[in-house]
Amino acid sequence: MADNGVNKGRRRFLVGATTVVGAVGAVGVAVPFVASWQPSARARAAGAPVRADISKLEAGQRMTVEWRGRPIWVINRTPEMIERTLGIEPELLADPDSSVPQQPAYADSELRSIRPEIGVLIGICTHLGCSPLYRPEPEAAVTDNWPGGFFCPCHGSYFDLAGRVFVNVPAPTNLEVPPYRFEGDDIIVGEDEEAA
Amino acid sequence: MGNPNKAKAESGFMRWVDDRFPATQMIQEHLTQYYAPKNFNFFYIFGVLAMVVLVNQILTGVWLTMSYNPSAEGAFASVEYIMRDVEFGWLIRYMHSTGATAFFVVIYMHMFRALMYGSYKAPRELIWIFGMTIYLALMAEAFMGYLLPWGQMSYWGAQVIISLFSAIPVIGGDLTQWIRGDFLISGITLNRFFALHVVALPIVILALVVLHIIALHEVGSNNPDGVNIKAKKDETGKPLDGIPFHPYYTVKDLVGIAIFLFVFAVVIFYFPEGGGYFLEKPNFEPANPLVTPDHIAPVWYFTPFYAILRAITFSLFGLDAKFLGVLFMGGAIAVLFVLPWLDRSPVLSIRYKGWMSKVALAVFAISFIILGILGALPTTAARTVVAQICTALYFAFFLLMPIYTRLEKTKPVPERVTG
Amino acid sequence: MKKQLFALLFALMPFTAWGAPAGDVPHSMTPDLQDQESLQRGMQLYVNYCMGCHSLEHQRFARAAEDLGMPQDLVEDNLIFSSSLAFNDQMHNAMQNEDGENWFGAAPPDLTLRSRVRGNDWIYSYLLSFYKDPSRPSGVNNTVFELVAMPNVLEPLQGVQEKVCAATDHPVEGAELDPLTGKYQACGVLQVTQPGSMEPEEFEEVAYDLTNFLAYVGEPSKLQAQALAPKVLIFIFIFGVIAYLLKREYWRDVH
Repeated sequence: MADNGVNKGRRRFLVGATTVVGAVGAVGVAVPFVASWQPSARARAAGAPVRADISKLEAGQRMTVEWRGRPIWVINRTPEMIERTLGIEPELLADPDSSVPQQPAYADSELRSIRPEIGVLIGICTHLGCSPLYRPEPEAAVTDNWPGGFFCPCHGSYFDLAGRVFVNVPAPTNLEVPPYRFEGDDIIVGEDEEAA
Repeated sequence: MGNPNKAKAESGFMRWVDDRFPATQMIQEHLTQYYAPKNFNFFYIFGVLAMVVLVNQILTGVWLTMSYNPSAEGAFASVEYIMRDVEFGWLIRYMHSTGATAFFVVIYMHMFRALMYGSYKAPRELIWIFGMTIYLALMAEAFMGYLLPWGQMSYWGAQVIISLFSAIPVIGGDLTQWIRGDFLISGITLNRFFALHVVALPIVILALVVLHIIALHEVGSNNPDGVNIKAKKDETGKPLDGIPFHPYYTVKDLVGIAIFLFVFAVVIFYFPEGGGYFLEKPNFEPANPLVTPDHIAPVWYFTPFYAILRAITFSLFGLDAKFLGVLFMGGAIAVLFVLPWLDRSPVLSIRYKGWMSKVALAVFAISFIILGILGALPTTAARTVVAQICTALYFAFFLLMPIYTRLEKTKPVPERVTG
Repeated sequence: MKKQLFALLFALMPFTAWGAPAGDVPHSMTPDLQDQESLQRGMQLYVNYCMGCHSLEHQRFARAAEDLGMPQDLVEDNLIFSSSLAFNDQMHNAMQNEDGENWFGAAPPDLTLRSRVRGNDWIYSYLLSFYKDPSRPSGVNNTVFELVAMPNVLEPLQGVQEKVCAATDHPVEGAELDPLTGKYQACGVLQVTQPGSMEPEEFEEVAYDLTNFLAYVGEPSKLQAQALAPKVLIFIFIFGVIAYLLKREYWRDVH
């Protein structure tokens, strides 16, 4: 146990090398454990794009499809509905120009959609996750001069038919637009326009 | 602040901790000033390896629980879900299943080390008893874990082992039903085995490991010479033949761990089924209570005891063969607990024991291996005779120990460790 | 003494038992998971000839496409026949279990893990060992699987095979060696008597591809294990070398 002749530099180097290699090994061991929390193939299969036939969707009607466990609304807006929506005073809306990225770039139009008549929205209120009700007609009178849209019964947020949120309601942002594309009569939710 | 008798850091953060928690004291007691004999050999790596495997089993086990479904309907499919759909699930599952085998390999080597060098003898009887209890808990843990994949071998293996309890007179039938919680092994049994496997037994094993190590560090490690290193100390009170566990044995153990991990990884990546001994072929078929596989054998680490069970084909003292078999199997494990009091030799290590002890240990080890091989094979008349002889030798090693260890002439034990 | 004991205890580990044959079957094959073309042919054969009855309950089309190097649209157009099955789905079959029991007397088993239960040699031999047996309801029997309920669905490819007395190159049970020809004269040898659309060698490749595919399906993770293993082993080796140098450096102190 004599201390003489100890090469301190070599010893320090080897301790450092072992520590570094050991730490790399620990990170390597952690990789499978961390990666195993990624969505599994089953979860990805359940979250795969869904296809729905919209040729039977009548003007003014809405249909709901399920994608990744969430309701996706597809609405067929009539010309009157589009006119009313475009006629809303911008100051009544929190984000009239959709500057918050709640939609894919290809759905960044005024009506937040690829085709003006077909609106696609994730039917989950951006406030606390309730699913708002469809109130397309002015008679619903959610507000004075109601242009038609969605009303959330949980905390009273409301949105226009393009999913844009009004001012002075709890919801902070517009309704989210999922990635989607058209293929013949079908709409495919969950797949971007550029893809496939 | 704190207890002034404890070792404390001079200043800084460690001092702040030491005033509230005996960190420096514990590091000194168990690592930097825990003096281990300097003559440890190859056989002294297996305790550390058992700890490595234990950590592996707990870590991978927790992760498997995240995707496993403990129901009769979903268990089998959820294992395949882990193997295919979960990212790296196959690796985590094979680490766990191979870990079970590795655990018993290192534990058997660890126990054999204790037998060779008399590590069970005074003053280390409690270390041995805690260790044997760990072994027992580990067998229960492994057995219950093997039911979880809910394959044919899981099911019928459990069926056979649980039926052992039915051999107990009077209460046997009710007892087996109580263990199963059903008239056959069913999802109910699976659920309770799952609870015991992932919650209850791991807690028991961890607690026992702590007791095992506390007892070890109280009396100090034995060594291949069986010499008490505390008998010879230098002027500062350090054992002359002792070296601090850290850094000397920590760096040495790292080498052993690396070699072990290499072998372990080779099995995981290239031979996860272990030729049908680690993961048995029938277990890739879902449990079917109506069809028994052609040949049922327990996993390899249970086969010696299974062979003893099957070796008892005769009645004795009015007890039928079935019950007697269970008694012998239980006795084969129970006798290990009293080993410290069977060995009457004045020396600890096999190096200084007489020829009778050496022969006895060799014969015992060979019998144990033969029993292990026989337990994995279907029985024939000849094999049963061999198993009976080996069973007799197995018990003779223990039961004759008080005689041969006293009769034989031992060699003088040196005062200091050798080599 | 102690070295011998140690050696004996190591014998306790059943490593020596690796590679033991999976029982006595007439043919053997070695799967090659790197042979993507064979696996692709195997999958195509499987969906055409087997999947009507035998599902692969745990194997997803998408995973096979990825592992076997096939693009999604190719798989969707050529290998997925049922409109109720999507690319991400498992390879379910359309047949109900009760129908299977009614038609064949037993529900056709799921084959995902068959290669791990029976072994590859068994599957390969089974596919090659159907022969004509008019006493059976399906008209065929199998030397590997007595009284099999399954008809020989590959008969159009293989042709009709019969048990005949013939000379073979390989010893068969009860065969006599003819010293003149060096061949074995035996009865109960399987021989194609009415040719199918394939030569026997071609058909053996069909059986190989199918078995290879089922070997892949039994354990798809083997591909990942083979890819990852060398990296892990080299890393552990390097760590071991450094740890050894460190140990040797510190143990200079110990005399």
